[in-house]
Amino acid sequence: MRPLVRLGLFLVSTAVFAGIFVAALFDLHPLGHADPLSATYGDLVNSLTVPERHITDAVTAVNFDFRGFDTLGEEFIMFASVLGAALLLRKHADESAGPPIDKQQGRQITLASDAVRLLSVALVSPAVLFGIYVVTHGQVTPGGGFQGGVILASAPLLIYVSGEFHSLRRVAPRWLVEAAESIGAGGYVVIGAAGLLSANAFLHNFLPLGRPGDVFSGGSVALIDLTVGLEVAGGFILLLLVFLEEVLVLRDPI
Amino acid sequence: MTHLAYCLAAWLFAVGLYGVVTSRNMVHLIICLSVVQSSTYALLLAIGYRAGAAAPVFADIPSGTPAVDPVVQALMLTDVVVEVTIMALLLALAVLAYERTGKLDPNDLGMIRG
Repeated sequence: MRPLVRLGLFLVSTAVFAGIFVAALFDLHPLGHADPLSATYGDLVNSLTVPERHITDAVTAVNFDFRGFDTLGEEFIMFASVLGAALLLRKHADESAGPPIDKQQGRQITLASDAVRLLSVALVSPAVLFGIYVVTHGQVTPGGGFQGGVILASAPLLIYVSGEFHSLRRVAPRWLVEAAESIGAGGYVVIGAAGLLSANAFLHNFLPLGRPGDVFSGGSVALIDLTVGLEVAGGFILLLLVFLEEVLVLRDPI
Repeated sequence: MTHLAYCLAAWLFAVGLYGVVTSRNMVHLIICLSVVQSSTYALLLAIGYRAGAAAPVFADIPSGTPAVDPVVQALMLTDVVVEVTIMALLLALAVLAYERTGKLDPNDLGMIRG
């Protein structure tokens, strides 16, 4: 399709969309005053999360308990797309096996400055600690496996920023990252199946609920948080590794 | 003014789609797609917002305090993480397409080769 035709098509359909959208706006409730009918579900979750589930963060309760099965599906979308990226970027038979060649020959290689290296090394352990804190406190305060997993995955990135790709590969070898991702994804299913065995319902809570506001509260939700954290961290680090292996010119360590 | 958040979502959607339609570079196209997707975040959060309500975390407020809708927030939160991995998958496809054809402009990828 010619670009001008495409643009014309876009403008026409956007104009139609704008018309429908403005007409729909008149029927919407103003911001902050939801339709009482559609608000019932959220309000119900808000009122049930502490007395019934002993989870003080309602968002985590929705993710891993009330709608835990949906999150399992979302998690496997993530798993499949990380796997897809890793598969697409694997070494092909027709690719040379040697070290990659810089496409732009003779460019100046700038090393990270001392300030950057020092700061990123100093930030590695706080990032790990904060990541573990966010993963394990998902049922108490905002956080959980998804957020904490991403924070954990930033630690190897900081190692890469501070030093060389080689040290990143030493800290996070491919087999370890892949194992973490797989165990995380499989663990969710295992916890769900444990609920099936103990109470005849997939993802049924089979652990004591604990005291609301306590780290050890929420029963199996806390466990699911851990597995999701493992999977997200593993998946993100794996993405980092495959992209760096694909595009990076491997330099000798200084 | 009461519908400003919904208009923001629509604007993000339209401007992202414009970028997708007119894109001359696959990396740019993928980033435009993420702009389109971020319009859903604005929409979901606007739907869940309650005037004067607290965040849906009852660690330091008593259970039963009016709070915003946690369901849409949960949807958005998983979506953010999933979106990044989908973007990575698309970028991997872009890398492969560039390796195979030497071109990054989606308009040049019209022909299919076996």
